[in-house]
Amino acid sequence: MAEVTLIDAVTMALAWELEHDSRVVVLGEDVGVNGGVFRATAGLQTRFGAERVLDTPLAEGMIAGVAIGMAAQGMIPVPEIQFMGFIYPTVDQIINHAGRLRNRTRGRLSCPMVLRAPYGGGIHAPEHHSESTEALFAHMPGVRVVIPSSPARAYGLLLAAIRDPDPVIFLEPKRIYRLNKQNVEDNGKALPLDVCYTLRQGTDITIVTWGAMTFETLKAVDQLAKSNISCEVIDLATISPIDYETILESVEKTGRLVIVHEAARTCGVGAEVAAIVAEKGLYDLKAPIRRVTGYDVVMPLFRREMDYMPSVSKIVDAVRETLDD
Amino acid sequence: METIADFEIQYSQFLDPAGKPSADIPDLARDADKLVDMYRHMVETRVFDTKAINLQRTGKLGTYASCLGHEATHVGLAAAMQEDDVLAPSYREYGAMLYRGVSMAEILMYWGGDERGSDFAGPRNDFPFCVPIATQCLHSAGAAMAFQMRGEARCAVSVNGDGGTSEGAFYEAMNIAGARKLPVVFMVVNNKWAISVPIELQTATKTLAQKAVAAGIPGIQVDGNDVIAVRHWVERALARARNGDGATLVEAVTYRLSDHTTADDASRYRKKGEVETAWKLEPLIRIRQYLTDIGVWDEKKEQALLAEAATKVDNAVQSYLNTPKQPIEAMFDYMYKELPEFLEEQRDHAIQYGDNDGGHHG
Repeated sequence: MAEVTLIDAVTMALAWELEHDSRVVVLGEDVGVNGGVFRATAGLQTRFGAERVLDTPLAEGMIAGVAIGMAAQGMIPVPEIQFMGFIYPTVDQIINHAGRLRNRTRGRLSCPMVLRAPYGGGIHAPEHHSESTEALFAHMPGVRVVIPSSPARAYGLLLAAIRDPDPVIFLEPKRIYRLNKQNVEDNGKALPLDVCYTLRQGTDITIVTWGAMTFETLKAVDQLAKSNISCEVIDLATISPIDYETILESVEKTGRLVIVHEAARTCGVGAEVAAIVAEKGLYDLKAPIRRVTGYDVVMPLFRREMDYMPSVSKIVDAVRETLDD
Repeated sequence: METIADFEIQYSQFLDPAGKPSADIPDLARDADKLVDMYRHMVETRVFDTKAINLQRTGKLGTYASCLGHEATHVGLAAAMQEDDVLAPSYREYGAMLYRGVSMAEILMYWGGDERGSDFAGPRNDFPFCVPIATQCLHSAGAAMAFQMRGEARCAVSVNGDGGTSEGAFYEAMNIAGARKLPVVFMVVNNKWAISVPIELQTATKTLAQKAVAAGIPGIQVDGNDVIAVRHWVERALARARNGDGATLVEAVTYRLSDHTTADDASRYRKKGEVETAWKLEPLIRIRQYLTDIGVWDEKKEQALLAEAATKVDNAVQSYLNTPKQPIEAMFDYMYKELPEFLEEQRDHAIQYGDNDGGHHG
């Protein structure tokens, strides 16, 4: 068992699959010799060769399109997009092809691929390097969106994503790439997709969150515990499709719901979570649902980025207000 | 100053519009069986296309994109391919698809609003129709990458139009194919019109073949109405790719004799005279004349072929019209390998409200 960071866990999972499945190929900008700008693919080219861990020309739409072509012809490509801010040229390929190929050929062809990208703010990065736009992909039929929030989940969920027979957008919260270490056994064991992970059991209120925001949320929850407020914290983990049963069961127990996400509020995934609870769990609610989210503005440059993001105090206040309602 | 790079683009035609050899005929054209086989497919494609337009006009087919005038390009490129190569077409390459074993009924199903039209019983690995322009070029590059990685002697061929050469995906695909010496052929069907936009507004380049130069791969322009030229040069490009020497762009110059689709009216934007001139260059006349001149074709065979093609097309139309629509749940059942739980509820809902009687076309 090794003490590893979230990004180490990503590398471990990629290495495991490259080792055990000859169809797996890692491709992208700077993923080869350089090992990726965040080092998620460090050492993989040396270990598995430049044919399986390859540097591509610089064109994100091309990376996605070529991966789809490979996937349709029996490979399992795991392309990396360097930052989420550069993922948009892939949208054409993902929405028009990756998410549709199985359906439009009635299962004749399919698209088993994992498009990885670091996402989110909080690392004082330049412009276009800090956005959280997971909701764009969550809106696309036929595509899974998965976000890990710990080294263990990064390892287990990435293995599951690579083994999944359908396309997965795997978004890595780069702010917590190296925030903490966890013991993760490199045993090739995948975690289930399409389920939430309950990080804390609680009775007074349910908080649904994902990615780096799990850390702010857990800090807020620790603070609230001092006032004897018992929060249940659910890591959504698979952003699409949403495991709404776990959320509904929790809300049935607590009667209150706060949703925390870094992405802008309007049409964010939080809106979908709120809608599901409103549709299927309204009578369990003792108070209106609250959302703590990024604002509907352009992500500020880094001198003001933390003012954009949900913070511990914003979460604490939202929980207290919801309990007071 | 010195010239450190330059390029030239070759043009090739073997049969002139009257069917007379205009250059030394290549070996393949000495094989009369091969020529007759291609001619038969071209005629079948023309008969099929004419019928499909009629079906649309009589309300039995949705919007349809005709391939009138493209028969030599389509059949020539498919005849050059091997069975286990992979085709990534756009949306009007019926001549190529039929040659590779896609059925007429499947093509009608697609334009008749049924996804089963892309579940080809024939070439199981070929990519389906591709409507978002030039996006399929990247799939052919990816397929070629898969073949290269597995050490298979297979090639991919994508087909896009003149308008598609303005798309980033077209260049991006050629670029990676050049950088990695991928076994792929990029077929550009220059039919002069992208809906209403003429080639002059699409690009300032003298040829589309020269767009290969920027990607470091060879490009050649052929007479796309000369099936011998198309097949010959695509065969050469595929042999080169299979030999590990990388990708080629083949530009086939032809003309879209039809409207863009049945929803289009080309008389709004192009002159009648231009179309009349283009008809004089169309692809069937010249190969038929050549086959007649070398003594392997005559009016009797022509009539027999037309009758045979008509029967084949009619059978396909009947098969298409007699195919009940899919059950309503089919729209859910191919979204994922396994239906996720959240979709079950929506699936049940759709079934509850749908007629789900597997009835007639609607």
